[in-house]
Amino acid sequence: MAKFEKPKALLDVPLHYCPGCTHGIAHRLVAEAMDELDITGKTIGIAPVGCSVFAYNYFNCDMQQASHGRAPAVATGIKRAMPDNIVFSYQGDGDLASIGAAEIVSAAARGEKITVIFINNAIYGMTGGQMAPTTLLGQKTTTSPYGRDENIQGYPIRMVEMLSQLDGCAYAERVSMHNYPNVLKAKKAVKKAFETQIAGKGFAIVELLSTCPTNWGLSPVDALKFVEEKMIPQYPLGVFKEV
Amino acid sequence: MRGAFIDANICKGCGLCVTACPKKIIEIDTSTINAKGYAPAHVVDQDGCIACGACYGMCPDCAITVER
Repeated sequence: MAKFEKPKALLDVPLHYCPGCTHGIAHRLVAEAMDELDITGKTIGIAPVGCSVFAYNYFNCDMQQASHGRAPAVATGIKRAMPDNIVFSYQGDGDLASIGAAEIVSAAARGEKITVIFINNAIYGMTGGQMAPTTLLGQKTTTSPYGRDENIQGYPIRMVEMLSQLDGCAYAERVSMHNYPNVLKAKKAVKKAFETQIAGKGFAIVELLSTCPTNWGLSPVDALKFVEEKMIPQYPLGVFKEV
Repeated sequence: MRGAFIDANICKGCGLCVTACPKKIIEIDTSTINAKGYAPAHVVDQDGCIACGACYGMCPDCAITVER
């Protein structure tokens, strides 16, 4: 009997992501949560703009692609029109923390009963490695070639902590995917975020610390070490809100 | 049949399973190349597999199936 195999909520197509990109792990965690909660048939996912724009080709549920950063607004409309369906948005940090900052803050403040999967890899992946709001201080990107300087580009934003301050936010957790034990914790967090929506408690967000080996200029294995050694001190793991 | 099975056509050779495996029985097979142009990972000692699922858990491409 197969013990570990590709979840049914993922279509049997190869992913287009770069070798070692943890988007694939995040996709699988979302799909496993849908399988385990048996909600694939009534789930509607919102794909963002970014590397994961093609998420609609991978999930075995209904998908809608939103304008850059506007996934929470689209998710709000779908969830309000069809309250019995499960709606999740899958967004990167360039999408959620930068151009979509207004949408995510407003959706959380309104307490929209949606689930947000937030992939934080501290860089713009698809467009070629530009600085994101979540880029670490000193981190070199194509638009901060001397490293991010707080006097010029400001400080990185901790989105989950910020959103957890809002009354409409029911569940906010940050997890990492840099090794297997943390992937298992991430799986629990993603499932919990869907359960929060099913219970009708309010807005749920899970931030997954992710890698971008290509634009960081690191091997996939070294990129996981970067997450562990550099990103986690800046973005501490844990549950920030649970109603 | 117990063991970890890697689909060499889907594998991109990133090596995350190699570091995740507690028994160190997965290696990148640099002697071959798949249709995508990557050197895929392969299991060198199937009998040593304890079917823990760590390789499956870290594979970003769902290229690994673990049976027990």
